[in-house]
Amino acid sequence: MDIQAMKDVCRQVRRDIIVMTNKAGAGHPGGSLSCTEALVALYFDVMRGIDPEDDKNPNRDRFVLSKGHAAPALYGTLCERGYFGREEFDHFRQLHGILQGHPDVKKCPGVDASTGSLGQGISIAVGMALGAKHIGSDVHVYTIIGDGESDEGLVWEASMAAAHYKLDNLTVIFDHNGMQIDGTNDQVMSLGDPAEKFRAFGYDIVEVQDGNDLEQVLAALHTPACPGKPRLIHLHTLKGKGVSYMEGQVGWHGKAPNDEQTAQALKELEG
Amino acid sequence: MAEKKSIRVAYGEALVKLGAENEKVVVLDADLAQATMTKDFKAAYPGRFYDCGIAEANMVDMAAGMSTMGLIPFCSTFAVFAGRSYDQIRNGVCYPKFNVKFGFSHAGITLGEDGGSHMAVEDIALMRVLPGMTVFVPSDANECYQCVEAAAKIEGPVYIRTARLPSPVYDPRPFEVGKGTVIEDGSDLVIFTCGIMLEHTLEAISVLKAKGLKPALVSFHTLKPFDEALALHYAQKCGKVFTVEEHSVIGGLGDAVASTLCGRGSFTFRKIGIQDSFGQSGKPADLLVEYGLTGAQIAQTVLESI
Repeated sequence: MDIQAMKDVCRQVRRDIIVMTNKAGAGHPGGSLSCTEALVALYFDVMRGIDPEDDKNPNRDRFVLSKGHAAPALYGTLCERGYFGREEFDHFRQLHGILQGHPDVKKCPGVDASTGSLGQGISIAVGMALGAKHIGSDVHVYTIIGDGESDEGLVWEASMAAAHYKLDNLTVIFDHNGMQIDGTNDQVMSLGDPAEKFRAFGYDIVEVQDGNDLEQVLAALHTPACPGKPRLIHLHTLKGKGVSYMEGQVGWHGKAPNDEQTAQALKELEG
Repeated sequence: MAEKKSIRVAYGEALVKLGAENEKVVVLDADLAQATMTKDFKAAYPGRFYDCGIAEANMVDMAAGMSTMGLIPFCSTFAVFAGRSYDQIRNGVCYPKFNVKFGFSHAGITLGEDGGSHMAVEDIALMRVLPGMTVFVPSDANECYQCVEAAAKIEGPVYIRTARLPSPVYDPRPFEVGKGTVIEDGSDLVIFTCGIMLEHTLEAISVLKAKGLKPALVSFHTLKPFDEALALHYAQKCGKVFTVEEHSVIGGLGDAVASTLCGRGSFTFRKIGIQDSFGQSGKPADLLVEYGLTGAQIAQTVLESI
């Protein structure tokens, strides 16, 4: 897929995020909009063996949305990739829907791990990467973690293990939008210099100045793995990216747009 | 006296045997291989053993991830850390129904000298309440072999609770997941037990028989799914029901029996176990006395209640 077509997909996924959260009257648009480029890059270009008709292919690359509350971005991406129809958006967060509030491996096609309890996804991804090496598979495992999520000790336990087991088949994408529920990272729990922390834990670090620039994200994801090291892609992103009144606003972490706000957002996201 | 062997030792041996039979089996430990006895598996299959360091939560989620690659991970640490890794067991393994096994050792007060901080008296309760979890509490080495073998065949999470100290090894008994075992038939009263308390309830049974009573004794290696039919049958047959466990009387075997019998008749009923308290340091034998769990004390409690 050419770059312009992928950018169109990003725009459509953003529209999906707005539509979904508006219909549900709930959800997490801010942190979904910040990691949209990363998800589209993974599912439309980077990951191998992605096939909605065969979503259990054992040789497919794996993805874990460790920041599981960004489910609307994942659901939008999976829908645009053909895993299910747009009608499922009507049932997002609703009884018997496949699109649960947080990703559920038992219900949603294309989902490889149930996440939402923060810190667990990266740990599960480490296990997947270790398991792939154990069985001699060249499967690569990708996971997106949040900056607020990195308050969790499990992120660092998992990181120690990733380096210890030399998981160069693991890529951790760090969505650094600078905000979490109660405020900025620095207000809630200072992150310091996360790249240096992850480097100290043994990662090969790839910096992306604009994590909402698709070309930059793709270039980073296509950087060859450093043998013997897990890789961390440090995406500097904007929370609420693409919707003017959500951009850089802490308040849009876990709040749905009303009908009027939705209309405005969709207008801004027209091609 | 029958041969004695720690159930955790049997667990280690069972893993080695399983490793030979099933190459999908891998073992994870959190720097306790010398104690949980996974060291035997590590020695036999070093390429299939993963030390996760002192990081139990990460061990559980790593196992969850490994299971998605078609492997059958057995995680081992102390039973008290079931609490520490509970969110991972719940959300990382049980919620997606991943195929991960937990062989957690040093359960209960007979852990001894390390004291209350390390004594799991709540792990059965924590595990029973998780949807889809199978809970095994083997009563001796032979039953532990059977539980490990069965765990590998179950598609989904399984918890196996093992003990630190050597305990009697009984003749192998027929084993079926979810079925209790009648150790002694009787009609005057019934004692339900699990795990290493079988040894002590057998002593209690001897005392009661010497008093001219006909007590029944049923042991449950599976606390979930629980053999409600057998429990109900013996409760209705005997009328007087006692449960004995090396665990809190809240949420363990006693409550599994209580919820089985609730609304199904009128019974004399008493739960013998840890009475809503933490453990403490001491010699295991002294601790059993302190918490009223010796054979003589169990018999005395029964006699006072009937």
